[in-house]
Amino acid sequence: MLMSYREALNQAMREEMRRDSRIFLIGEEVGYYQGAFKVSKGFVEEFGPQRVVDTPITEAGFTGLAIGAAMAGLHPIVELMTMNFAIVALDQIVNNAAKIRYMSGGQLSVPMVIRGPGSAAHQLGAQHSQSLEAWFCHVPGLKVIAPATPHDAKGLLKSAIRDKNPVIFIEAQLLYGTKGDVEDGEYTIPIGVAEVKRAGRDVTIVAYSKMLLLALEVADQLSREGIEVEVIDPRTLKPLDLPTIVASVKKTGRLVIVEEGWRFCGLGAQIAESVYTAAFDYLDAPIQRVTGEEVPMPYSRPLENAAIPDKTRVIKAVKALCGAQ
Amino acid sequence: MIMPSMDRSDVLFLYRQMLLIRRFEEKSAEMYALAKIAGFLHLYIGEEAIAVGAIAALRPDDYAISAYRDHGHCLARGSHPGQVMAELFGKATGLCHGKGGSMHLVDAPRRFMGGYAIVGGHIPLATGLAFATKYQKLDLVTVCFFGEGAIPSGQAHEALNLAALWKLPVIFVCENNRYGMGTPAERAIALYADVAETARSYGIMAERVDGMDVLAVRDVMRRVVEQVRAGQGPFFIEAMTYRFMGHSMSDPAHGHYRTKEEVEEHRKRDPLLLLKQTILSNNLANEADFIQLERQVGEVVTAAVKFADESPFPIPSELYNDVLAD
Repeated sequence: MLMSYREALNQAMREEMRRDSRIFLIGEEVGYYQGAFKVSKGFVEEFGPQRVVDTPITEAGFTGLAIGAAMAGLHPIVELMTMNFAIVALDQIVNNAAKIRYMSGGQLSVPMVIRGPGSAAHQLGAQHSQSLEAWFCHVPGLKVIAPATPHDAKGLLKSAIRDKNPVIFIEAQLLYGTKGDVEDGEYTIPIGVAEVKRAGRDVTIVAYSKMLLLALEVADQLSREGIEVEVIDPRTLKPLDLPTIVASVKKTGRLVIVEEGWRFCGLGAQIAESVYTAAFDYLDAPIQRVTGEEVPMPYSRPLENAAIPDKTRVIKAVKALCGAQ
Repeated sequence: MIMPSMDRSDVLFLYRQMLLIRRFEEKSAEMYALAKIAGFLHLYIGEEAIAVGAIAALRPDDYAISAYRDHGHCLARGSHPGQVMAELFGKATGLCHGKGGSMHLVDAPRRFMGGYAIVGGHIPLATGLAFATKYQKLDLVTVCFFGEGAIPSGQAHEALNLAALWKLPVIFVCENNRYGMGTPAERAIALYADVAETARSYGIMAERVDGMDVLAVRDVMRRVVEQVRAGQGPFFIEAMTYRFMGHSMSDPAHGHYRTKEEVEEHRKRDPLLLLKQTILSNNLANEADFIQLERQVGEVVTAAVKFADESPFPIPSELYNDVLAD
């Protein structure tokens, strides 16, 4: 069934909240406003304000509250209006959510989802355009998911909600309106499983979230020029499904990693290190990374465009690997 | 001195709990000097009346949560002293299998939900525990202990506002020992003369209590717990106290920021001394009873150290356990 990414998220949460009364949604404007990006449309009407909890603008406070509620047996879904605001709640996420199980020697658990849109949209400026997934992936005790398609978004959000750990679920404002086929009825997608989104023999591109859509466009275009690109979406960033990526690299011998985040210590650096270690002898050329530029996101349209990976740069990276300019 | 609820077994229980914490903490300092305990160690000596008095007013299924000076709360909640000491020793038999240490004690079966070492960071967690019990329609309360040093932190304010806004069944117990590490409250808190005013500004009922008087703490708490349990929203207690030792083991009791005379002055109101005087003047026990209590507690603490010392360290593979739940 064709539906938007936004509708897929809405359906995932709705199905899970109908199934389990311990699940509640909490965040800024999630209730009567229907969600800043309308992801929780209709929720307060169906589940009531006890389970769809509007908060004041206090990310540290309500994220911490949700962690405490999870410690006492509830399953919170925290909606951050944007993932940028996770920085305000980072003490709670890193020092509490990620560590409480370990520090307590396994006595306590923090089953919760922290979700919201990351990465740039259109001209939102430096404080609302960040791709912070590498920050979360760095912290033991967190799982990190960044689905690109409505189908994956629904199946993975359901798995995240059912998981016993804190899961960071990164959406994208520019993905909310995108449409795709979503399986009918009940289904989940396991956390930690990548998917080959397009098969190819010449070059592997690893890309996630909205960069996946860019990679698929590039693959289409290059196919017309005779270069067959295999596109892999890790979908889950941590734990990373390295075997699927390595299997592809062993076939193609070439890897391009595309990410919107900053280059230095970005997620691609880790993926590259893992692939070098696991498949060095299979690589015909050094791994190429296409990343966001190392600047705070500028407002001006042409400058913003220059800061984000685009088709031209991805094509250039692929062709550099294939030795065909 | 006439107090309500002067039942002999009650007051001797309170005395014994405070004595246990006192002797446990003194022994911990000794073990630190012997390098059996390492890292940060923050002793509760001087502040025992607050944990003991407050927790005595709770039901076993109520929640308690604390900051990093947490041994006293954990012991007052009834945790096994041997398991607490073993945790300080970093042993496999510790409450948290040696993963938490002094600042992160947890005893989930006793609803002691942890010690947390980022100042102010656990106060939102307390509101969450209270949110959960209200959500689950349980008649439980959550007690959150923190020092006055947490009062200026943003997370404390966010938590106070949320607790008041949603009428959460949480009791904030501010242990005002007058110093955030070495900084006196008047150099850190605008409303230092009455920090409970901070809570009142959010519409939270608040009261100050003599934190050296365990009976006063218990009696205020009994009244407050009943009220909060009945659904009347959060409450804030400012318990005036004093730590007799330094902030941690690396900080002498007096020197840089307070004088020996000041410490000595406060030691005259030692919570153990105050309760003992009350007990004796009310003929609820005699010196022989105290000698016996001292001996019993001494045995418990000695056994705790023996248990910790003889316990094994965690095996190397324990390193990777409990990062994630399966």
